[in-house]
Amino acid sequence: MNSTESLNQPLLEANNLTCIREDRVLFESLNMQALPGDIIQVEGPNGSGKTSLLRILAGLSRPYEGDVLFNKTSIGKAHEDYHQNLLYLGHLPGVKGEMTAQENLEFNLSLHGMAPENAEKTLAEVNLLGFEDALASHLSAGQHRRIALAKLWQSKAPIWILDEPFTAIDKLGVKNLEAKFLQHANNGGCVILTTHQDLSFPENRVKKVTLQYRFFK
Amino acid sequence: MWKWLHPYAKPETTYHLTGRLIPWFSYLSIILLTIGLVWALLFSPADYQQGDSFRIFYIHVPSATLSMGIYVGMAIAALCSIVWQLKLADASAAAMAPIGAVFTFISLVTGAAWGKPMWGTWWIWDARLTSQLILLFLFLGVIALHNAFEDKVMAGKAAGILTLVGVINIPIIKYSVEWWNTLHQGATVSKMGKPSMTLDMLWPFIFSYMGFIFLIVVITCIRFRTEILARNGMRQWVRDLAVKGES
Amino acid sequence: MSDTAITSQLNQPIALSYRSAFMLILKRDVTLAFRHKDDIINPILFFIIVITLFPLGIGPEANTLSRIAPGIIWVAALLSTLLSLDRLFKSDYNDGSLEQMLLSPHPIFILVLAKIVAHWLLTGLPLIFIAPLLAVLLHLNENSYGALMITLLLGTPILSLIGAIGVALTVGIKKGGVLLSLLVLPLYIPVLIFATSAIDTAAMNLPFTGQLAIIAALFFSTLTLAPFAVSSALKVSTN
Repeated sequence: MNSTESLNQPLLEANNLTCIREDRVLFESLNMQALPGDIIQVEGPNGSGKTSLLRILAGLSRPYEGDVLFNKTSIGKAHEDYHQNLLYLGHLPGVKGEMTAQENLEFNLSLHGMAPENAEKTLAEVNLLGFEDALASHLSAGQHRRIALAKLWQSKAPIWILDEPFTAIDKLGVKNLEAKFLQHANNGGCVILTTHQDLSFPENRVKKVTLQYRFFK
Repeated sequence: MWKWLHPYAKPETTYHLTGRLIPWFSYLSIILLTIGLVWALLFSPADYQQGDSFRIFYIHVPSATLSMGIYVGMAIAALCSIVWQLKLADASAAAMAPIGAVFTFISLVTGAAWGKPMWGTWWIWDARLTSQLILLFLFLGVIALHNAFEDKVMAGKAAGILTLVGVINIPIIKYSVEWWNTLHQGATVSKMGKPSMTLDMLWPFIFSYMGFIFLIVVITCIRFRTEILARNGMRQWVRDLAVKGES
Repeated sequence: MSDTAITSQLNQPIALSYRSAFMLILKRDVTLAFRHKDDIINPILFFIIVITLFPLGIGPEANTLSRIAPGIIWVAALLSTLLSLDRLFKSDYNDGSLEQMLLSPHPIFILVLAKIVAHWLLTGLPLIFIAPLLAVLLHLNENSYGALMITLLLGTPILSLIGAIGVALTVGIKKGGVLLSLLVLPLYIPVLIFATSAIDTAAMNLPFTGQLAIIAALFFSTLTLAPFAVSSALKVSTN
């Protein structure tokens, strides 16, 4: 794929998505595109279906109707190829209390096909230097989230889908993360995230997808 | 073919179509069952070995074989739902499960009632009764799993997978139970002789069998319609129905 | 920190082979279990306690006990496997690791198979070592020991495989414990029948290869089919 062409091609495309949960229509006929370089913030009140949308985009949930396309193929058909190019972080950090911070990160990295050797160095990036050998059960919620986020520093996947990445992260950490997102987008990746905090990027840098809370009509 | 089927895959169309079919199937079922059962219970000859107790055969055998048939029907529906993503297939499987469980239960009760004069006890670990009991467990498992989910769509999919796992296992279970039965069969259990069916017995049997089939179809349709309504509660046409207050 | 152009990374080959992905999960699950030893020890204790209950309930006559020993040992094995199944996916589901595994670039059935193998190594295998000791307590016929070991060796993996389907279906349900047994136990019946009959046949000094062949067939067919059922069940549960 040559680079000028790839700049105009959407990395990820959602067509006509409808999501229904427990008899409630969360969103209907939703279309969106993630181009290389995009930072997309999905916003909306609690219960409006932000997490459901991200899970559908990641291929964890099936939409009631509609399709998500990666490289012009439905992600259901090419899921190994898609997951190769995707980094998703959900509400839960996926950190095991019985393993140390470093073991957790090493496992996470190897699972997604990244080199586990740099785990220690990467932990330093997320300010966990000195905690490598601490059992994760002794660490705080914010530190768990940092272990999960550390993957971002190693990931080569162009598509990042992050559900509330700033939860329990301190101000300095948020700043670091934002810088990381910007760098990733500038390198031709895309970031799709939900957050209730305001991002410090200039207005025109962030695309917004707004979901409304829908009552029974 | 899919183009042709497409309108029927729409919940609303299916809802109205089944609504129109139900009366016809009910009449058929009532007529067939009346003819079959009256003939079977009053006019057909008693079995020369088993006497009048043989007459429970006209209920026991249809319910036993049809309960198995319902499970297979559920499995086919589950397969359609998984392979072709037909949303209504889940609803039809959900509609069938309790009916299947009830028919399995009927076959067990009638089997026990038949067993009392034949074997002198209500229950023996006969191969057919035992596998029927296990089939009941399988039905109850599917129903329990279905009820455990709040989201009907997820419930349908999970129950579908379980049904498919079950349908692969049914022949294995049946075979293993039969094998276990022949292995442990002591001298006390005398195998029931295959009743020789005369034409006088065959015809009422066919009538009542067909009657039961249509009965199942009718109940399935009714439950299926309820399932469709439950799954489409947020749709406009369901709301219109509720406002109009008729089916 | 990688500053290379990211789009060039599209369509890169799969980074981990199936084997190393399998080993990665297996190693992790075994490590986790060894750091949390209750998970290994409790099902074994349960197995032992259930078996000691039977002589107390039935009476200590050696003849009766040796007659029902195969059944007791196998039923206890079924139940203790059932109790330990929860560990298979529950904690991974609760802390979000399961999501990450489903999103990894590996076929899900490899990961699922690795988790099931780990489960068997930690619960099925210990039962095989303990069963002969308990068989002594139950006066199992001398000729039957070999059959007991072989049926457990071939049969307990089937229990883990079938059980995994049940757990995968119920992992998202808050109180799935009793439901799980309702789903899984009927499916365990064929294994129970053929295994106990093999042990009984061995007691009579007759060849039991027929039963073994059937158990082996069950083993291989569940080994090939169950991981796929588990993966699709997990996709539904995490939906």
